[in-house]
Amino acid sequence: MTDLVLQTMVNAVYAASYMSLIAVGLVLIFGVMGVINFAHGELYMAGAYTVYALYSQAGTPFFIAVAAGLLFVGLLGLVMEYGLFRPLRDNPLGGLIASIGFLLILQTAAVLGFGVRMVHIRPPTQDLIHLTDGVVLPVQRLYVIIAAIALLAALHQFLRRTRFGWALRACAQDREAAALQGMSLDRISRLAMFIGAALAGVAGALTAPLVAPTPYMGHSVIVTAFIIIIVGGIGSLEGAVLAAVLYAIVHTFVTTFYDGVLADIVGLLLMLLVLVVKPTGLFGARERA
Amino acid sequence: MAPRAGLWFLAAALLATLIVLPHVLSYSQKEVLVFLVINVLLVASYRLMTLTGEWSLIHVVLMGVGAYTSALLSKKGVGLPVPASMLLGALTAGVVAAILSFPLFRMKGFYFLIGSFAAGEVIRLIWKRFTDPFGGPKGLKLIPQFPDLDLGFLEVSFYAPVPYYYLCLVVVSVSLVILYRIEHCRIGLTFHAVHWQDRLAESVGIDTFRYRMLAFVIASFFAGLAGALYGHYVGTVNPTRFDVDEMIYVLIWAIVGGTATFYGPILGVVALTLINEIALRALGIDQMRPMIYGAILIASILFLPQGLESLVPKLRRRLRSWRHAHGAARLPAG
Repeated sequence: MTDLVLQTMVNAVYAASYMSLIAVGLVLIFGVMGVINFAHGELYMAGAYTVYALYSQAGTPFFIAVAAGLLFVGLLGLVMEYGLFRPLRDNPLGGLIASIGFLLILQTAAVLGFGVRMVHIRPPTQDLIHLTDGVVLPVQRLYVIIAAIALLAALHQFLRRTRFGWALRACAQDREAAALQGMSLDRISRLAMFIGAALAGVAGALTAPLVAPTPYMGHSVIVTAFIIIIVGGIGSLEGAVLAAVLYAIVHTFVTTFYDGVLADIVGLLLMLLVLVVKPTGLFGARERA
Repeated sequence: MAPRAGLWFLAAALLATLIVLPHVLSYSQKEVLVFLVINVLLVASYRLMTLTGEWSLIHVVLMGVGAYTSALLSKKGVGLPVPASMLLGALTAGVVAAILSFPLFRMKGFYFLIGSFAAGEVIRLIWKRFTDPFGGPKGLKLIPQFPDLDLGFLEVSFYAPVPYYYLCLVVVSVSLVILYRIEHCRIGLTFHAVHWQDRLAESVGIDTFRYRMLAFVIASFFAGLAGALYGHYVGTVNPTRFDVDEMIYVLIWAIVGGTATFYGPILGVVALTLINEIALRALGIDQMRPMIYGAILIASILFLPQGLESLVPKLRRRLRSWRHAHGAARLPAG
């Protein structure tokens, strides 16, 4: 029993790591652009299929495929910024709706390119780390955890230490005031969109061998990401990470001890509860106008 | 007097087309026509909801509530007659909406959008999780058909698409008239006030919560009715039929058509169904359907943000000036 609990805890840590990558990207995009990116789950899917195309089909080394996934999905983010969100800057609902259109396009592109059925990717390593007798951590999952921690730490440093990071946070606080101070909204938006999308892409790329990608995998990802950003407080990056950890623990335990559908229901009810009781989220301080 | 006559002529032509239409179509096109009529009700009721300014993502799930309830009530065990179960299905959708109003209308805008999405997913997952009575992921099968009509001199079986199409046409037309009347009476005007001037509306004593709830309940009732019409025709319902992808299509119809006028969303669903049937199916690129819908959605939000309905006054003006020019040209000759 203790083994099962410990094993579930290990699984929760893994889940929390890739979920926070996705959620942080979504929050970053919302913070700077004021748009909820409904296509975020499909950006994750695009990252996963990049690894499938490069690593499984073309035989490139796994980590180069992951880097390519990060870059490719980041560029998709730039396309979205340039083609959709910039022309619709004064229309937040318009941006959201345009991202739904983009979601359908990406989904169909995956169907046309790779087929409807799920694809299996052989993990680059099958090694297991035995934490105790009954508790194992696959090395592939460890990669995801390490990458998530490294990337989030790097993002944190970037936002706190560099001029770009400062400008980005200023934009997230008050776009007009930031623009009045001479910051280029276009540039900051591009940056936020690239980072936000790339984080989703790298999460998809890293987890691709563990989840067997399908063109429709983005659906459950976006639901998860919504739950996390609402629970964490919609403008808060730290809140997103904390909520990802909290949600991953709840979801993994309910899945292990009951079943997956019930875990989804519990997660959604958790989010509804937060929306009703404290719409600013558990860790969010302010409500955006 | 002339424009009035033109309107009557238009209405008569529309009615004649709607009555004759199924007889010139192939079998599968007749089926599509049945779904189109049901979808018209779905999107028109969705528009009533948007009048108060809130965009929900639960509308299709509430359609499902109508379908599931009506199916369960008419199946063996309860065995209510189908017309009664349809009405009860629609009512149940309205009741569910009334209950959900209490948590959901504490939110606005984006939060409401996400909250309604979450509530809808919970309902959908409950259908999926609880095999008894909802049938789990496979859903409900063998839903009873609408009973045959026997007038003595005339027997109508609603199993075939054409009679069912006429049935849907009657139900949907009556519903549209009701929706139209609601929008143009005091309640509907208050909906507009709640949308554009909610503070002002409150200051003159309007309970905005109650009006939001009323719009949500009425819209959900008709969504449930659309669901019941759907379920008893197809004979099977499952959770996937009412998932967020389907909701996205309703959203696309409404946005491509425009939501400022009553006919906008109907224009949207008809236009996109025509494109779907004529262009996509004929070309055999059914698989690319979501991509093309996505592209249409993006194009319309970028280049035609007021929707297809905004083309109607333009067309009318063009027509009038054309007629003017023609009349002027004829005068000297005569």
